[in-house]
Amino acid sequence: MSLNATAVVTGAARGIGLEIAGKLISDGWTVAALDMLGDDLKKSAEVLGENYRPYTVNITDSKQLAEVAVEVGNDLPTVKGIVNNAGVTRDALMMRMSEDQWNLVIDVNLTGAWKVTQAFMRSLIRAREGSIVSISSVVGLIGAAGQTNYAASKAGLIGMSKSLNRELAGRGIRVNVVAPGFIETEMTQKLSDEVRGDYLSKIPAARLGLPVEIAEAVAFLMSPSAKYITGIVLPVDGGLTT
Amino acid sequence: MSLENRIAEIIVSRLNVKPEEVTDSANLKDDLGADSLDMVDLMMDLEDTFNLKISDEEGNNLQTVGSVVVFLKTKGIEA
Ligand SMILES: NC(=O)c1ccc[n+]([C@@H]2O[C@H](COP(=O)([O-])OP(=O)(O)OC[C@H]3O[C@@H](n4cnc5c(N)ncnc54)[C@H](O)[C@@H]3O)[C@@H](O)[C@H]2O)c1
Repeated sequence: MSLNATAVVTGAARGIGLEIAGKLISDGWTVAALDMLGDDLKKSAEVLGENYRPYTVNITDSKQLAEVAVEVGNDLPTVKGIVNNAGVTRDALMMRMSEDQWNLVIDVNLTGAWKVTQAFMRSLIRAREGSIVSISSVVGLIGAAGQTNYAASKAGLIGMSKSLNRELAGRGIRVNVVAPGFIETEMTQKLSDEVRGDYLSKIPAARLGLPVEIAEAVAFLMSPSAKYITGIVLPVDGGLTT
Repeated sequence: MSLENRIAEIIVSRLNVKPEEVTDSANLKDDLGADSLDMVDLMMDLEDTFNLKISDEEGNNLQTVGSVVVFLKTKGIEA
């Protein structure tokens, strides 16, 4: 069943974002898939079909974003959902971290989410309904050595969302955060057995999570089932932070 | 369409009010029920429609429908 509404999902070409896009489409959303990987977007569009609308864009570029916002506004059903999922890491111990490494991660993960939300939020405000979900990380809650930049960006998303919630909740627009734990993706497949073992020993559920398990949580927060849930941080982490 | 009518049209659609409520002296917040988000939305709409920038300070001074008309006229907008 079509909702006749569009959800903008960033970083939707692959990984967790692609999984989120697929789940939202099966829930009836049209998905505006924003990513800078044009080829991956194209491949994913072949799999997910016509309700997956690819837009090649770098979310740090306000001008490109403004153009995409106009296109989406003209071509797709009313935007009523935003999922800020695009993210990068540039790990280094703080003593060795360059300013470029710091800036890139903050620019994409935090400022990018702010720009995307600002570019599309008027549509939700006009509709007087909608849902915004940002993908943070357990690292934003508990920190991780080598990730001062990433943790700051992910914690920043939480502050941004909680404040935006206070601006928008009265309009029927919900603003929430999902904080994934360690998830089986290309990123975590590269980990050494030692690091992997160390992670596993800290997770009560004794396994890594699956991208679909993040997508299910996001889809729930995007759905009417969650209509009285706003301003929260939902860890999906097998008990890691609890 | 006159400037007054164009402004009235925007206010009616943004604030969900009846055209007859949009009188010169009607206060956007007190009479027409605009909250702070509505006011921002309205200012952005006026900026887009009339292709100008409204500073926060200028926006704060726009209390009544009539003050919006006068403001736009001082900015050189006729219709
Ligand atoms: N994988 C994990 O274990 C894990 C854990 C916690 C949180 N997260 C978060 O989940 C999100 C998705 O992670 P993933 O594992 O699927 O990563 P991924 O690298 O597979 O996917 C991220 C996507 O974002 C896109 N992207 C990056 N920068 C962009 C930019 N400037 N403009 C447009 N698109 C851009 C990439 O092209 C990519 O398609 C990220 O925010 C990540 O921080 C992941």
